Amino acid sequence: MNEPPKKPAIPPVESLTIDLRNPWIAGFLAWLWPGAGHLYQRRYGKGLLFMACILAIFFFGLVLGQGRVVYAMHPANQDPAVGAGFGGIFTKFAAIAPLPFWLQAGTGLPAMPAVVQRMRVKGGGQPLFNNWMAPPRTTQELNSWHRQLNQRFDMGVLYTMIAGILNFFAIWDACAGPAPSEPVDPKKKKDPKKDDPKTPEPKPAT
Amino acid sequence: MLAQLPLLAALPFGQLWYYLPLLVAISLVYGATRHELPGPILRHAWHTAVWMTTFIGAIFLIALVLTWLV
Repeated sequence: MNEPPKKPAIPPVESLTIDLRNPWIAGFLAWLWPGAGHLYQRRYGKGLLFMACILAIFFFGLVLGQGRVVYAMHPANQDPAVGAGFGGIFTKFAAIAPLPFWLQAGTGLPAMPAVVQRMRVKGGGQPLFNNWMAPPRTTQELNSWHRQLNQRFDMGVLYTMIAGILNFFAIWDACAGPAPSEPVDPKKKKDPKKDDPKTPEPKPAT
Repeated sequence: MLAQLPLLAALPFGQLWYYLPLLVAISLVYGATRHELPGPILRHAWHTAVWMTTFIGAIFLIALVLTWLV
């Protein structure tokens, strides 16, 4: 006897698949301009959301610090010593560029004028763009920026650094799709996959 | 009495608005890295914002109590 197929206790939910296209290109575009990787993948909503959030806080921080909070070179008389061991990794990075810049560079092109300014100053030229993102010439000049801008300098550095960190999340999302999510409702903790149908399974590019 | 506590007196209430843009951006971006559709993104962002604010508020309260005790 053929038995009729049993109905599952929980009806199957509609799943969402994402075409990540080429994840490497998407990741590179996501770094180059926040949200561009998602636009390339035709994930327009998320692309615009990332673009708006990340660029808004980056430029807000930049304006707060009057364009001085993103710079890619230490003042000439403030080269940090390179340490050894695990902590030496940070000092090696810090010897190349100030540590905040490594995070700010996560926003891609918007932070790249600082690299242009660094190359100009290292080559003995004058900074461009009305000194925006130009490195301080001396420690005294950097100190004067701090005195002049007070907490706005620190807030500007913080905002621009967080923008860079957030773009690393966006790059990851462009390369691999959304991370598996914990259900918000504690009642749904038993089976997150079934209860969070809108979290899609990332589909690698074919 | 509360207003006489050094921590509260020193708190720059006028600068707390700096927290809002960061809270909104971080919550939305974090939610968007966990979901694909607007509804779940917004729900996750709301819960992240509440969690962050509660966490920071709890630390503030602990610091406030310690200030009061010392």
